[in-house]
Amino acid sequence: MARLPTARPSRAWALWVGAGFAALLLWSWRGTGVDLAGLFGPEGLRQIAIYVGKLFPPDLSAATLRAAGAGAAETFAISLIGSLLAVAIALPMSLLATRTLLYRGILFEGRPLAPAAKTLRVGLYACGKALLNVLRTIPEIVWALIFVFMVGLGPFPGVLALGVHTGGVLGKLFGEVLEDVDPAPLEALQATGASRFRILLYGVLPQALPQFVSYALYRWEVNIRAAAMLGFVGAGGLGQRIYVAISLFHEQELMTLILAIYAIVTLVDALSAYLRSRLV
Amino acid sequence: MARIPSAAPADRFPASGRRSRFPYLFTAVFAASVLYSLRAAQVDPRRFFEGDALANVARFVRGALPPELSREFLGLMLRPALETVQISVMGTAIAVLLGIPLGLLATSSLMWRGVLHERWSRAGRFLLGFVPYALARAVLSVFRSIPEYVWAFMFVRAVGLGPFPGVLAIGVAYGGMLGKVYSEILENVNPRPLETLHAAGASRLGVVLYGLVPQALPTVVAYTLYRWECAIRASAILGFVGAGGLGQQIELSMRMFQFNEVLTLLAVLFVLVAAVDFASARIRARLA
Amino acid sequence: MYELSGIRKVFADGSVALDGISLTVGGGEHVAFIGPSGAGKTTLVRLLNLTLRPTAGTLVFEGQDVSALSDAALRRARTRIGTIYQQQNLVGRLRVVHNVLAGNLGRWSALEAAASLVRPRSAGQAASALEQVGIPEKLYARTDELSGGQQQRVAIARVLVQDPDVILADEPVSSVDPSLAVTIVSLLRELSHERRKTLLVNLHSVELALHYFPRVVGIRDGRVRFDLAPEKVSGERLAELYAGHRDEEQALERFQDGKNPFGGACRPLPGFGA
Repeated sequence: MARLPTARPSRAWALWVGAGFAALLLWSWRGTGVDLAGLFGPEGLRQIAIYVGKLFPPDLSAATLRAAGAGAAETFAISLIGSLLAVAIALPMSLLATRTLLYRGILFEGRPLAPAAKTLRVGLYACGKALLNVLRTIPEIVWALIFVFMVGLGPFPGVLALGVHTGGVLGKLFGEVLEDVDPAPLEALQATGASRFRILLYGVLPQALPQFVSYALYRWEVNIRAAAMLGFVGAGGLGQRIYVAISLFHEQELMTLILAIYAIVTLVDALSAYLRSRLV
Repeated sequence: MARIPSAAPADRFPASGRRSRFPYLFTAVFAASVLYSLRAAQVDPRRFFEGDALANVARFVRGALPPELSREFLGLMLRPALETVQISVMGTAIAVLLGIPLGLLATSSLMWRGVLHERWSRAGRFLLGFVPYALARAVLSVFRSIPEYVWAFMFVRAVGLGPFPGVLAIGVAYGGMLGKVYSEILENVNPRPLETLHAAGASRLGVVLYGLVPQALPTVVAYTLYRWECAIRASAILGFVGAGGLGQQIELSMRMFQFNEVLTLLAVLFVLVAAVDFASARIRARLA
Repeated sequence: MYELSGIRKVFADGSVALDGISLTVGGGEHVAFIGPSGAGKTTLVRLLNLTLRPTAGTLVFEGQDVSALSDAALRRARTRIGTIYQQQNLVGRLRVVHNVLAGNLGRWSALEAAASLVRPRSAGQAASALEQVGIPEKLYARTDELSGGQQQRVAIARVLVQDPDVILADEPVSSVDPSLAVTIVSLLRELSHERRKTLLVNLHSVELALHYFPRVVGIRDGRVRFDLAPEKVSGERLAELYAGHRDEEQALERFQDGKNPFGGACRPLPGFGA
């Protein structure tokens, strides 16, 4: 006789989580002083309207357009090299962040590691993950400040900041991809007597590369937005010009620069989507 | 000699699999872009070894350690840390409020395509379906293509300094991202249960509630939680432009070269992000 | 070739896959392993191809105790054993030529292996292996675009390229239709016979085992139940081997009633079997 299923225990749990979120929300509302009524009230709307009025029409003089174009090109360059640097950092580091390549899983069944070697490798894994965590938790802008401090102003510290920060992000993501690879083909390759490096080349990478490309392209989309911002702290690109325009109250020039950002972000998003459809 | 008979006609040693020219084209364009960008971004590793660079690195490291752990400083940092969390929560909440309706409007399978709309006239479909859809897509695109800090700047002008503009900036920018992703999730839902419900006579609302939402909900929640984690980082950064929270403190400490304070603040940020990461992973695991 | 004494394999979750297997296989022998699913046949193959280590007992391969081998010696030993898996275990995203040439990985240097991925080093070798298994036109196709039966043939082609002294096959024809199954088993037998290779095959189908192999080993619950020439394998022994496994018992009944899914194609090769 089939037994009836018992009631889902997750009901009570969901209620607790919901209550917790509601409390969090209320506390945050009070703390941030969000005043939506004021924003959409008559005075608020008036202020918004005044400000928006100052933005239009955008400044389309030749000088501004040239500056916007140069800034856009510089921002594009920062995002591209920064993302490539990130991949260069992430690829070797991701190998350290993959337990199934270091000490666990089917590649280590036939000849398990000596305790000393295993401890060393576990330590290596822990260090690798810790380093990646540090790289990715420090926000790009803080990295930019650090690098500006080290090598001076300009777009180069921006490239370094993006590279280092995104390297940490991609390193972690790549490691997860490598761990989730299908182990059956790896077992078969190992059975032909292939060394671990050859198994990596013929079994792991063909499975992992498409996902790597996908993640890298997605981060490029994130980076183009970040690259524009790093200019605030002197790391070049449109950000720097925006900072200047705002400080000098040149609202129309600001509008042009915003349009430039919009254009280049949309371009990179489109390129990324196109490449993902062709390469993955 | 042992042999299994071939089934296909003799196409013996086929030409190498390279048929399209795409790989060559792509490599050429890519190489050119990289070379151009290296110059445009003024990439010059030698700068690490020029002038004060190395000395600055040493100064930075020496200044950062040990981190500032006095009770006075930690007490002062409590408020901004909490503020960062609050900004991220409110910002994400507003983003969800914006993202859900816009995302629904931007879903072609809900607005004008597919089985739900077969009995409408062409004009009806265009006016009531396609136009709002296109508008919603345009709005979402503007929202998410303009980076948060630009929004923050504009909102600071409109409503003054403090955490409020940060909340609005995150709300708008992330609302755009959430809306787009929500619409993609909804579009990729399996259409067959929807058709079944529709054929059984369910109204549009019924199809949405019984067919779409159950399928889409886990992914929607997972992505929203992920966005919340991003929002914490974003709120911290927005402080740089005067929108409150840890970012403002980090900027102050950097400007005054108090690197030990910076290190503490970064550690606090790290803890916050890790906590949100942990919480969202637990919630996502429970949902699966 | 192989000497197993008292082999036990217990997995990390406590399940006992092999419970005291002692067996000797000489060079050039052809042996079929039969038994119900879950009997430990797959674990036995993974032990014999040196992927897993026994929890207890000794495994001697070519006169050497396997547990005493260094890393390099272990790898060299593995190159002399070729395995065909039930689920092909090929790398889907690679082209067929690379999966076939992977049989060379035990011989190639790291550089040669990497270079071959860009430009296949001995495409001719892969092509003739594919010709032997009947799918030469698939040389540059993507492996995951092939059907199950075709992928199985690619796996066999890889073993041909590897040219090992021992061929192990874990239910190589279970997911293939009966006529192709007979042809594949015949191919394996002929290749091993021609080149004096040892052939050890797990088979789901009792018919194929009894008709094609001069030595049949029955395994159940991780132990050897019998190790005999096919004509000595009686109906009672088979019934005892498969007792309690309903599907296999039914297939057995059909076999004994003469309803053979392989029809008349099941004829032994000259010099082998009854």
